[in-house]
Amino acid sequence: MIDFQYTRAADIADAVRQIAGDPAAKFIAGGTNLIDLMKENVERPSRLIDISRLPLREIEETPAGGLRIGALVPNSDLAHHPLVAERYPLLASAILAGASAQLRNMASTGGNLLQRTRCYYFYDTATPCNKRAPGSGCAARYGLNRMHAILGSSDACIATHPSDMCVALAALEAKVHVAGPGGERVIAFADFHRLPGDTPERDTNLRVDEIITAVELPARSFAAHYSYLKIRDRLSYAFALVAVAAALEFDRDAIKEVRLALGGVAHKPWRDVSVEAAMRGAPASRASFARAAEAMLRDARGFAHNAFKIELARRAIVRALTQAAAGTPQSQSVKKIR
Amino acid sequence: MARKFRKRPSGPTIPAPAKIPVSLTVNGAAREIVVAPWVTLLDALREHLGLTGTKKGCDHGQCGACTVLLDGRRINSCMTFAVMQDGAKVTTVEGLARDGTLHPVQQAFIDHDAFQCGACTSGQICSAIGLIAEGRAKTVEEIRELMSGNICRCGAYPNIVAAIRQAMERERS
Ligand SMILES: Cc1cc2nc3c(=O)[nH]c(=O)nc-3n(C[C@H](O)[C@H](O)[C@H](O)COP(=O)(O)OP(=O)(O)OC[C@H]3O[C@@H](n4cnc5c(N)ncnc54)[C@H](O)[C@@H]3O)c2cc1C
Ligand code: SF4
Ligand code: FES
Ligand code: FES
Repeated sequence: MIDFQYTRAADIADAVRQIAGDPAAKFIAGGTNLIDLMKENVERPSRLIDISRLPLREIEETPAGGLRIGALVPNSDLAHHPLVAERYPLLASAILAGASAQLRNMASTGGNLLQRTRCYYFYDTATPCNKRAPGSGCAARYGLNRMHAILGSSDACIATHPSDMCVALAALEAKVHVAGPGGERVIAFADFHRLPGDTPERDTNLRVDEIITAVELPARSFAAHYSYLKIRDRLSYAFALVAVAAALEFDRDAIKEVRLALGGVAHKPWRDVSVEAAMRGAPASRASFARAAEAMLRDARGFAHNAFKIELARRAIVRALTQAAAGTPQSQSVKKIR
Repeated sequence: MARKFRKRPSGPTIPAPAKIPVSLTVNGAAREIVVAPWVTLLDALREHLGLTGTKKGCDHGQCGACTVLLDGRRINSCMTFAVMQDGAKVTTVEGLARDGTLHPVQQAFIDHDAFQCGACTSGQICSAIGLIAEGRAKTVEEIRELMSGNICRCGAYPNIVAAIRQAMERERS
């Protein structure tokens, strides 16, 4: 591993001051993504600023009836927190579908948002990759691209964002609280992650000198009708090929509100508000769900090894919406898909 | 030509990385080490403290062989740096037996022959102790899912689950 300095942040202001003073520095929280990438020489920070001791481990109710989750709350504590398990079971379910019990004990809320793609070429410094080395090319485009994007990709990059938690946060319309040298700001979840475009080296709209302090959930929680359905090569401890977060609210038999977000298919959790708008007022029928799936995937495009994901996503959307409507969400321990 | 190679390399010498003192409580005993920042907790345990019971399988968080209990919670020791854990309490497989009596989970693994080569076993046992302490696994499916972070290449899974069930039942009774 390359040599690096190790420092601890005394408080949030100190963390911001330290990162603003050294553009090649990185924060470290749980370490489960950054250390992995440092061992592969993909990330080469000059200095690690350890933020893991900052007091950002609280989960508090907000005056608006939602929750404010500190950036350092471990994924496991978040999933099992009584307020999350009861009120935001979609979020709990998505978190428990990801990684392993050991990793969830270390992985932080903020770090989960900023985990990088699992594209094999991004990890392999012997190959071209525009995300790792801008301008070098994209080895995945004509290489092995089974896990890659079917929506929103660019000529420069076809990588996917690997997080499960973020798919649920997109569906729930969370907000990301950040602090930087110019003060604090709040980023809507839809604006947090980016599509690759010509600058795939930038995964998010977070600035290099900003720290995530919290993730805020709005009051609307879809606790009665939700499902997180994750399809992968093995039943546990594997990243999604396709994941669906589905959430519904009903007015009698008609759909009053709906959220649909996809994981494993794009450079960011994929939502399409026009599809959700078209579903409002419709009955919760297989036909409406199939129409929604069709619309979500209307611009989907496969590459040599991942075209199967288009049909997989179509079926997973219908299944997840059906599970949500019936109030029978996908279990994350009994893996049979009903 | 030979003379050329005897010349010193030009440019300033590269200083060795600064080492940092770290205090840990490992298996109940206070331990002090001085390590470079890139030393993982796993390497600190194995190479600096001589505790080779914790295994390095993948070194990338993908197998669970390096599972230890950090302040009572199971984690992958290959995915954290020792300097980050200054002041922490670490329990490894070496710290489980009491006065010559194996920990109930260790005994259950022997009773059920829950291993073949043994490479994954110390990680499996520490993970199972973490799982039982969490208290969330009630069914066989839940044990299997919550133990999925521990890969066993020998495929001893059925016996591992049986061993964990035995240890859970003994715990309850
Ligand atoms: C084998 C394996 C399997 C996995 N499987 C899954 C899976 O199935 N689903 C899934 O969703 N995830 C999975 N993960 C990924 C895991 O969820 C992430 O590694 C984890 O969430 C990252 O959090 P962390 O706190 O460890 O981040 P770190 O590694 O500490 O940091 C990651 C990045 O975020 C930055 N950062 C961290 N906190 C902040 C902050 N507060 N403000 C600004 N920047 C910050 C760091 O500088 C770094 O660039 C897996 C990981 C492994 C190793
Ligand atoms: S898909 Fe993106 S991350 Fe993968 S090789 Fe291409 S540019 Fe790199
Ligand atoms: S060695 Fe740590 S998970 Fe494999
Ligand atoms: S006993 Fe050999 S890997 Fe598990």
